Formats: sequence, C-alpha cells, structure tokens
Amino acid sequence: MAIIERSITSTEVFSVATPSTSLGALKRPVASTGWKSWLFTVDHKKLGIMYSAAALFFFIVGGLEAVLIRLQLAAPNGKILNADLYNQMFTMHATTMVFLFVMPMAAGLANYFIPLQIGARDVAFPRINAFSFWAFLFGGIFLNLSWFLGGAADGGWFMYAPNSGPIFSPSHGIDFWALGLQITGIASLAGAVNLITTVLNMRAPGMSLMRMPIFTWMQLVVQFLLLFAVPVITVALFLLSFQRNFGATFFDVSAGADPLLWQHLFWIFGHPEVYILILPSFGVISEVLPVFSRKPLFGYPFVVFSGAAIGFVGWGVWAHHMFASGLGPVSVAVFSISTMAIAVPTGVKIVNWTMTIWGGKLEFTVAMKFAVGLIVLFTIGGLSGVTHSVAPSDTQQTDTYYIVAHFHYVLFGGAVLGIFSGFYYWWPKVFGKMLNEKLGSWNFWFMVIGMNLTFGPMHILGLQGQPRRMYVWTEARAGEGFFNLGMWNMVASIGSFILGIGVLMFLVNIVYTHKSKKIAISPLDPWDARTLEWMTDSPPKEHNFDVIPQVSHLDEFFHRKYETDSSTHSVKQVHSAEEVMAELNAHPDEHIHMPSRSYWPILLALSLPVIAYGLIYNRMLMAVGAAMTLLTMFGWSMEPSTSPDDDFDPPAPGEGGGHTKELSPLG
Amino acid sequence: MFLGSECLLFGGLISTYMLYKGRVNAGPQPDQIFDIPFTSVSSFVLLMSSLTMVLAVSAAQRKDERNMNLWLVITALLGATFVGGQVYEFTAFYREGLGFTTSLFGSSFYTLTGFHGVHVSVGIIMLMALVGMNRNKRIPGDRAEVVELVGLYWHFVDIVWIIIFTLVYLIPS
Amino acid sequence: MSTATEHSEQTEHTDGHEAEHHGLSDKQYIYIALILAALTAIEVSTYYVDFGPFFMPTLLILMVVKFVTVVSYFMHLKFDNKLFTYLFYSGLLLAISVYCGFLATFKFFLQKG
Repeated sequence: MAIIERSITSTEVFSVATPSTSLGALKRPVASTGWKSWLFTVDHKKLGIMYSAAALFFFIVGGLEAVLIRLQLAAPNGKILNADLYNQMFTMHATTMVFLFVMPMAAGLANYFIPLQIGARDVAFPRINAFSFWAFLFGGIFLNLSWFLGGAADGGWFMYAPNSGPIFSPSHGIDFWALGLQITGIASLAGAVNLITTVLNMRAPGMSLMRMPIFTWMQLVVQFLLLFAVPVITVALFLLSFQRNFGATFFDVSAGADPLLWQHLFWIFGHPEVYILILPSFGVISEVLPVFSRKPLFGYPFVVFSGAAIGFVGWGVWAHHMFASGLGPVSVAVFSISTMAIAVPTGVKIVNWTMTIWGGKLEFTVAMKFAVGLIVLFTIGGLSGVTHSVAPSDTQQTDTYYIVAHFHYVLFGGAVLGIFSGFYYWWPKVFGKMLNEKLGSWNFWFMVIGMNLTFGPMHILGLQGQPRRMYVWTEARAGEGFFNLGMWNMVASIGSFILGIGVLMFLVNIVYTHKSKKIAISPLDPWDARTLEWMTDSPPKEHNFDVIPQVSHLDEFFHRKYETDSSTHSVKQVHSAEEVMAELNAHPDEHIHMPSRSYWPILLALSLPVIAYGLIYNRMLMAVGAAMTLLTMFGWSMEPSTSPDDDFDPPAPGEGGGHTKELSPLG
Repeated sequence: MFLGSECLLFGGLISTYMLYKGRVNAGPQPDQIFDIPFTSVSSFVLLMSSLTMVLAVSAAQRKDERNMNLWLVITALLGATFVGGQVYEFTAFYREGLGFTTSLFGSSFYTLTGFHGVHVSVGIIMLMALVGMNRNKRIPGDRAEVVELVGLYWHFVDIVWIIIFTLVYLIPS
Repeated sequence: MSTATEHSEQTEHTDGHEAEHHGLSDKQYIYIALILAALTAIEVSTYYVDFGPFFMPTLLILMVVKFVTVVSYFMHLKFDNKLFTYLFYSGLLLAISVYCGFLATFKFFLQKG
C-alpha cells in the first residue's frame, strides 16, 4: 500500500493534532474520540459497528411491524389495522427487513471483518466506505419518513406495477419507497466496488484466494451479485418514478404496456437479492462450525465453488417468482428446471457443514447453537423451496402462506440465525467482552421455538388456502378440526411474541454484558479460533495489525498454534495464542499509514435525500440537492485521502510528505 | 467494476426499449421520425471524441501537459456537440409529435437516450474538472491514472452509443 | 478480426517495450479511429443500400466489432492483466444472457420483422 513517514508512537496521540484547512474554509476533522470521531470516521471498524447498530435498530422496527401484522391476524375480523394500514405494514415490514436489516448487517460484518480476515489495515476506498454507510442510513430514514408524511408504501415489497402506478397508489408512500431504495442502492453499489477491490488487491502476503476464510469468500460473491443486480432494480425504480412523477407510460396498460415488464425487472434483481441475503450467513457459520467442532471445514474448495455456483446460477431462476403470471409453458418449464438445479450447490454446502460437525469434539456455545440451528431450519425452508420449483404444485402454493412459511424459514432460520451466530462469535473481538452464554442460550431457544411456532403453522395455513396480503380472515372461511385456520393463526401470533421475547433477550444480553461490572474482559483468544482476525487485540488497534502477517496456510492462526503429526494424524498445540501474538508483534512496523477522517462522505450522502425530497415536493429543491452533490464531489476529489504530515504535531518532525497511491474515487 | 454494473443498467434500459419500440398507440413510429443522416453525424462525432480521449491519456502518460489539456478540452467539446445534437434531435421529435408521454415508444426512447445523454454530460463535467484541477495543480496522486480512469468512463459511454445507434436507429429503419 | 486490426498489431510490436505497457502510439490510435469511422460509414450505408438478408447480421457484426475494438484498444483491455478481460466480458455476457432471456419470455425473438 502507500508509504507514510510517521512513527508509530504518534498514532496513539491524535488529540494533539492541528487540523489542516480544506479549500481554505473548513478544517479537516481530526478528532479521534467523541461523537465527531464517529461522524467523520473512515475506519472500517467504526463503520462496521455503525452499520450493525443501525441495522439492529431497523430489525426492531421491522419486528414491530411484524408483530402488528400478527396481532391483526390472531383473531377473526381483526380490528387492529384497517386494510390500508395493513398493506403499508406488510410492505414496510418486508422492505425494512430485507433492505434495512439483513443487507446492512451483512455489510457491517463484512466491513468489520474482511480487512481483518485478509490481513489488511482498512478497505481500498475508506471515504467511499463512509459514504456508503451514511447513504444507507439516510436512505433508510428517508424511506421511513413516509410513515409521517401521508402514509408508507403499500404495494407489497415487490411493488408490482401497474398497481404501484399513480392511478392505483396515489399517496407519496411509493415515491418515498422508490427513492429511498435508489439511495440505499447507491450505497450498496459503492460498497460492492470497495470490497471487491479490497479482497482482490489487499490480501496479506501469502494469502492466495484459496487460503481466504470462507466468510470473505461468500462476501466476495455477494459483492459481485450486488454489483450486477442493483442496476436492474435501479432501472425498474427509475421507470416507476418516471411513470409516477413525469407521466411516462411504461406500465400503463391502456398505452400498450406489458405489466410483466416490472415483474421481470424486479425479479431479475430479486432473485440474486435473496442469495445476497443468505450467503453472508452461510459464510458466518462456515467460520463458526469448524471452531466449535475442533475440526477444519470439510471440503473447503467445494464450499467455495458451490458459493460461486449459487451466485452464478441464481441469475437464471428469476421467473420462478412468476409461474402464475401467464408466462407460457416453455418459460415455466425452463425456469422450473433451473430452479431445481440450484438446489444442488446449496445441498453441497449442507453436506459439507454436516461433515464438518461429524466426528468433531463439539462445544455448544451459543454461536454454535445458532449455527446448527441454521443448518436445520434453513434445510426445512429449502425443502419447501424445492416443492415450489415444481411449477404445477407452485400454482397451488403461490400467493399463499405456504410461500410465506418458505421464505421465513430460509430468511429467519437462515440469514438471521447466521447473523446472531456471528454476533455471539465475534462480540469479544469487537468489544473485548463476551456476551453472556446463559442469557444467550435463553435468547437462542426463545427465538427458535418462537420462530417455529410462528412459521411452522403457515405451511398448513398456506396449503389450506389462506392467501397472502389479506388483512383479515373470517370464521366462516376458517375450516375445522386440525385444519382450523383460526387455531393456527393464533398459534402463529403467539409464536411471534415468543420470538419477540427472544430478541429482547438479546438486547438484554448486550446491556448486561456492558453494564455489569462482573463481566471480565475476554481473553485474547476466547474460542481458540482459526482465522486471521483473531490475531489482533480485542478490540483491534486502529491500524489492526502491528505487523502484517505472512500467510502460509488456510486457517493461518490455527496452524501457528497447532502442529499436525502426519504419521499419527494427531494435532498438538505448539504455541498459545499469546505466544503467537507476541511473536507476530515482536518487530512492529515503523511507519503505519492510515487514511484520515473526512466530512465529505457524510455531506455527499446528505445531498441525496435532498434531491429525492425535492422530486416529490419541490422541484427547486432538486436543483439545490444536485448542486450540493456536485460541490461535495469536487471537495472530495480535491482532498487527499490522507492529510499531509503538517496536520499533526508529531513529537519528532516528520520526514516529508508521503506519496499515496490511492486513486481518487472515480470508479 | 462500476462499468460492469453500468452494463446491467443500460442492458435493462435497452431491453425495455426493445420491448416497447413497436407499441405506438399514438404519435409517430420509429422509422417515420428518425433522421439517420443527422444521427450518423452525431455518432461519428462521439466516436472521434473517443480518439481524442485516448490521445489525452497518451499525452498524460508522457507528462505532456499542454497536449493533455488540449485533447481533454477537444474531447469535452466533441461531447458537448454530441449532447447538443441530442437536444436538437429531441426538440425536433417533440415538435413532430413524439413526446415523453405520447406512447411507450416515446417513453422508452427518451428514457434510454436521455440516460445516455446524462452520462455523456457527467463525462463532460469530469473532463472539464480534470482540466481545471490540472490548471490549479490540484490533482493528487498519479495524474496519468486519473485521466485514464476518466477515459475508461468516456469510452464506455461511447460504446453504449455504438449499441444504441445500431439497435435503436439503424435496425428499425 | 479484420485485417486492419492485425496490421496495427504488427506495428505495435515494432514500437518496442514502452508501447507494450502503455499501448499504442498516437498514430496507431488515429489509424484505429479511421477504421472505426469506415465501419460506421458501412453501418450508415445500410440505411441507403438494400442489403437484403444480410441487413441484420451485418449491422450486428459491425456493432460487435466496433464495440470490441474500442474496448480492447482505446480502453486498453488488450494490454491489461487478463483478469480484467475476464471480469469485463463475464459481466457483459451475464447482462446479455439475462436480458435476452427476459426478452425471450416476451416472445421477442419470434416476432415478425
């Protein structure tokens, strides 16, 4: 990377910095503590924490939306939500969970851990990284403003046109939705470019692609999926916005439009999107399972290639969301077959994870519980998915609760459980304290039992014909005996409460862990882990590694601690974690170069919702926003990624300016 | 990578156009309204701007500042000519009865070519910014690389037009 | 490809090692641009001259040739690390396949004229 000329001893003393000026006007931020250090940070770790915190907040928002839905459906003729509010509720629940919880949470984990796992000190474009976070946050807030400004979007998260056009959906909710997603889409795209460049260019010496941890691999595939899928929904959203705001006729059937256009564009994005949602969690448990089985991941190359295969084949299955839309038998047959095909690489992963656990010395920490939970529950969801791929049976299942059951099993049982596994596994690394295992256990069981009680009955509900997106059900249609839909709806609603309590326990766990004086700082290597991110302090120093490690194996950390005796195949510990760290840091790098803080990313991010708001309410404001965008981009490009040495007052005079090879953020 | 994702963006717009170009409930048809000679000249101008762009990059690599600025300005001018041509074309079509909301053909045509035009305009801004920043010695880092990056973007915009020109203009006529 | 681009490859070799890293000389770029202009002229001529059944294929082939030429030479892809070539063309291929599939479901390719 770049060369700097600042001795390591001064990196801890930022508080004596003297800010330089930028454009002669505002000083470049240099605070390293306090709220300003968070607002202007470009450090991937701080950004990762902010991403995750914001995502967790939206998880709760989305969860409350879900609870309201279940309250409405718990009894016949529910009075809690009228039809209009109900439509808004399920639309926003899905939008929030998909775009504002799972995706940014995965981004948060990726941001924090990819550089650590590959032995880098930050990502390739730290200011773009900051911009991505702020754009996501402002986009998410913008989206939710609609609740207070005339009603949220109400067309379903897939927003089928022409229903979402101006005639059938006159309120501004959908405009907020479309524009908010455009903003978060920009954030995702920028993040994808950033992380791909980071992984391809900044790995530690000796770390070939096939020595990378699986989490990084899965995230790499996800970034490619994002790179290619986000533009497609961008097109769809533009077409919708043009129709709603400028009178274009893209989805106007009377002008000859084809209503399937939206569906295709949306699902060409939408299907890779669901792989974007699940692959990070697959990556997380591919880290967790080996650690707590005391065995390496079974079939590493298979796991890598099946991940890539899922990413690739995922592009060819989108119309399975449209089997009942009149595509015609040829299209349906083609997509039916491709959908069955994609079950194969996923199955490969399940086999590999199971074989990893098999014969291992299992330690059921909470992280491990969540990981095993994922394998079981995702498989259930996957099996119902296979039944959908058979187009004739899907014709009965589509638009019923059977589908709702499927995707909640794969999303909650898959993506969410994986995320929670990551929380419990990596908490000590990020915060220096381990989450309480007992509380975590309660957290786990409440979530799993709650989840099964909520979504399990939905299989029955769906096959018995309860349709999706119906705001109310009546006694007359409820059926009898075992299939009494009333009973199962009540069970599902109770289940959702149990689930909610489980989530609450997680929050309690966080508060307890950090408030309690009794909890000790976690040891250096609490789980006896295998990968590079554990070869740092907890939490890591700002520059991550004192010395970039030389990598000679997959699971490098494991191999530094243990030696395998090839004749007896027994594994012997040769170094403790402390010894490995001491050896690594014996000769710390003299001059470590870290990118400097900046306020341009947050300012640029702020200009985007201004433009969006202007499009809806006041076209003049759009010009203001656009000017802001242009100006902040200029300011950004004129600012060097690292401030010159005269920014800081080092104890000894610096040796002249460094020469940075960072490219200006143009592409 | 960004350009790769732009492929998907323009692919979507082009496909929408291809789907809708025949759906003309009102207003003129494609072959009635396109002025191929005029658009051909426009296309030629844009193509040549790619040449001048590459000459600018070559000058930057030789650290030949004067020529680099010269070619950058010429590229921007050629680009502006192209955009001017587009604006003229749009107003002419509009006067002949093809508005944005007239028909699906109209909506998709203007959206596709409009997006392209906006991308060209952004490119022009970037080119002028390069010249301006160069004058003030404000370009950090390796100058040749930055010029090359802008060049890549510019060529991409050109090749999108190569596709649009063929699929949108030439084939229906 | 056409003989014209082969010719420019030969001249590239005679330029020596600096050319191989930074691409071609200015003269060669102009040469390529002239070729592109000539190809464009042929394209435009399809408007005036009746190519019969060769109309579609000619236009599509010319489009592809121009595209690849600009990408390889002006965008320097030919001289960059092979990885970039794979990345670019795989993204492109993906886009083309997906969108052709999309159009196929609308029976686009079965339409008349």
